[in-house]
Amino acid sequence: MGAGRLYAAVAAGGFRRYATYRAATAAGVFTNTVFGLILVYTYLALWDVRPHLGGYDRAQAVTYVWLGQAFLSTLAIGGGGVEDELMERIRTGDIAIDLYRPADLQLWWLAADLGRAMFQLVGRGIVPFVFGALFFPVALPTDPLTWAAFLGAVPMAMLVSFGIRFLVALSAFWLMDGTGVVQMAWLAGYFCSGMLLPLNVFPGALGEVVRALPWSSLLQAPADVLLGHADALNTYVFQGAWAVALLAAGRLLQSAATRRVVVQGG
Amino acid sequence: MAEITGAGPHGRRTDEETEAAVAPAPVPAPAPALASRSRPADGLRAYRLIAGMWLRSTMAYRASFIMTTFGNFAATALDFVAILLMFSRVDALGGYTLPEIAFLYGLTSISFGLADLAIGSMDRLGRRVRDGTLDTLLVRPAPVLAQVAADRFALRRLGRVVQGVLVLVYALGSFDVHWTAPKVLLMPLMMLGGAAIFCAVFVAGAAFQFVAQDASEVQNAFTYGGTTLLQYPPTVFARELVRGVTFVLPLAFVNWLPASYVLGRPYPLALPWWTAFASPLVGVGCCALAGLAWRVGLRSYRSTGS
Repeated sequence: MGAGRLYAAVAAGGFRRYATYRAATAAGVFTNTVFGLILVYTYLALWDVRPHLGGYDRAQAVTYVWLGQAFLSTLAIGGGGVEDELMERIRTGDIAIDLYRPADLQLWWLAADLGRAMFQLVGRGIVPFVFGALFFPVALPTDPLTWAAFLGAVPMAMLVSFGIRFLVALSAFWLMDGTGVVQMAWLAGYFCSGMLLPLNVFPGALGEVVRALPWSSLLQAPADVLLGHADALNTYVFQGAWAVALLAAGRLLQSAATRRVVVQGG
Repeated sequence: MAEITGAGPHGRRTDEETEAAVAPAPVPAPAPALASRSRPADGLRAYRLIAGMWLRSTMAYRASFIMTTFGNFAATALDFVAILLMFSRVDALGGYTLPEIAFLYGLTSISFGLADLAIGSMDRLGRRVRDGTLDTLLVRPAPVLAQVAADRFALRRLGRVVQGVLVLVYALGSFDVHWTAPKVLLMPLMMLGGAAIFCAVFVAGAAFQFVAQDASEVQNAFTYGGTTLLQYPPTVFARELVRGVTFVLPLAFVNWLPASYVLGRPYPLALPWWTAFASPLVGVGCCALAGLAWRVGLRSYRSTGS
């Protein structure tokens, strides 16, 4: 089997695996919709006081909320990606099986995570977004090119998201129990991705710092492309640079881990 | 295989698996002397024994406990950071100032934090139904509700309560309220009443999981979603939504109504003044209804047989 076909099969498996839990998906859709509803009203209250806060108008702020709910599980900003399972395999020693497979560890898990992300986008992301678009004033582009540019930024966001979480997962080689690292990563991700508030609302220097960090590739960057606030090409370059840097770091860490670390037995 | 339902919608449970790897399986509560007591006393005793067991197991890994408690504190504080960020750009939200919103925030965090600390692990019931481990609880000589509620008792959830107390102290220090005896009395009343209301939501959510095992995430919309909603003033939300959380799922009694009384603000809906004092009563009513739902759920339980 060609390498490409192997990873495509892994990705398809990841997609199907998450598609199996229909009730869980429906529950997730419901919960994301309720949270979106709550957030929309708080954002609207904020934009009522400051109508052009962060360069967004009311409709754009509303769109941003629903995009965030669509991306939350897709990009595993709130956790729940393949990293949990990878860490568990490192902790139990099952990782040894992964390492002697004739496949690359990083690519294998990347493929599995992309499959998961694609399902979460389709299964969990679209419905809350459509709900938001139906019941609230949203600012959606009419130009199909903008949509295409936005759809290009989504896979890039998935790559960056995996790049971060792969590094987090590999820490388990040294720490065994990665709970603390996962929690820190979650906090950083939630704060710096713009899930709390759009990053362009953050005050002063803090805003500039968070916008330069990799997490801004996840939600803020695609949102700005969709809302016509950012040039698609520049966004791709920014996301791509972080994806390459993070995946390369993951590769380095992976080779260090497999060379030096003794796999857990028993 | 990892459960995709494992992580909450907003990841509040990222610390959930800490003890999964280290803690022993719960030991059955000792049976003798149980028969002679009433059911609620049985339940409380079983709860105390099981929670105490989990507490001891947690304390075996003290460093991990301290870190996860801090993590819980930091994770729940993120909501307040969002509010602070908003107030870096505005002076009022929905007509409420920062100290007033901090007041609402602190109250709901304490109420929800107490409920989450006491019985927050109940949202794992769906998992127990699915993997068949609920059967073990059914054969033990102690009320199932108490066993499920005390399961994986996690003291680290005190992090949210502590955080709520700090925000509340900040709020009380930064605005001028003309304190009267009823207002002072209302403070503990609403915190306990609010905790009871959230407990009822947890129990009702667990009862629902007997029916929809995989769909445990639905209850997050009402627990975590509920407390997120209550962090903001009622003036922010649509009238229908406010009506819904007053008359259908009476979350408004956790803090919106009593806090309006304390702050001397108009009630979110045109309700008589004494409704501010109704939180404990509403809490008891909700718990009774949730208890009924729990009974129905437990009766309808069919084991997976595995």
